[in-house]
Amino acid sequence: MTLAYTLQLADDALIIGHRLSEWCGHGPILEQDIALTNTSLDHLGRARSLYQYAAEQFNQLPADKKESFFTSVALMQVVKAGNAIDEDDIAYLRDGWDFRNLQLVEQPNGDWAHTVARSFFYDCFNFLYFSELTKSSDSKLAAIAEKSLKEVTYHLRWSSEWVVRLGDGTDESNARMQEGINDMWMFTGEMFMASEADKHAAADGTGVDVTQLKSLWEQKVGEILDEATLTKPTGTWMQQGGREGRHTEHLGYILAEMQFMQRTYPGMEW
Amino acid sequence: MDNSNKREWPLWEVFIRSKAGLDHKHAGSLHAADAQMAIENARDVYTRRMEGVSIWVVESKNIHASDPGESASMYEPAMDKIYRHPTFYDLPDEVKYM
Repeated sequence: MTLAYTLQLADDALIIGHRLSEWCGHGPILEQDIALTNTSLDHLGRARSLYQYAAEQFNQLPADKKESFFTSVALMQVVKAGNAIDEDDIAYLRDGWDFRNLQLVEQPNGDWAHTVARSFFYDCFNFLYFSELTKSSDSKLAAIAEKSLKEVTYHLRWSSEWVVRLGDGTDESNARMQEGINDMWMFTGEMFMASEADKHAAADGTGVDVTQLKSLWEQKVGEILDEATLTKPTGTWMQQGGREGRHTEHLGYILAEMQFMQRTYPGMEW
Repeated sequence: MDNSNKREWPLWEVFIRSKAGLDHKHAGSLHAADAQMAIENARDVYTRRMEGVSIWVVESKNIHASDPGESASMYEPAMDKIYRHPTFYDLPDEVKYM
């Protein structure tokens, strides 16, 4: 079950990394363009480590388990041909329903405030999450968490600061930051709903009990929103499904762009 | 100054210390709204390839520079005073790294 757990973590990292990379060349100023690209590369680096670990676990499964784990046709062709899979196969050859990322990370960039709000919610979660995952009984996950925590600490600093800067800025920046916060809010509940993989991993000590992080997250988010003179949304109805492979319409567009080259020219390198 | 310039973020000069024990060296400049943002922007722009372990920033307007037009009177008088260099001592062989 560590495989499923590893994959959902990897998918979060890949999809948020791809989303942030969309800002490359479009940032409001050069300095922030580079800042977001750096952050994007942190996420992609984490995705790569996790996919490599997932591939290693997958390749050790017995044949019948291998053939039923994924349902994406392109990936199954590789598996059924008897080939070992690698991190690229997992990233590029799965369809949307085999992705287990949170719906939050696939949400479109929108304006700067929407990107900041999405990052802020996710970074705050990640910070708490990876702090816990460093204690994982799985040494590989613990090592990845250790490295990621340093990166995530900076991500959180960056996004928190922008929330405060825009919230406590002009009337216009305050209104737009509030809108970003409001629009992303309904995607935050899913972070604290334990999937099957989460439950197994938390029970056997390899993973984090996400339900335990909620109150800490709300406290941290509340503090920053207060400082930013923003209002914490009160809505309690939350979107969910990403961890079960049910996604918003946006994921398909991301995959279409991201996977096009490998699907059209299989195995292409550059 | 016209209005569009006033709305731009000020310019900052960035100084990076490449490793502990060395001094900060001028790395370049960037735009930022305040000192904190300037340090973070400097981190992202100038230390991505492990260039540094410490950052200083100072708003460019606070740097006062000598006038290049006065370089003749400022620097040329030093040129014929080689005796100011400590190069006329005989060093014992045991003294290294001088």
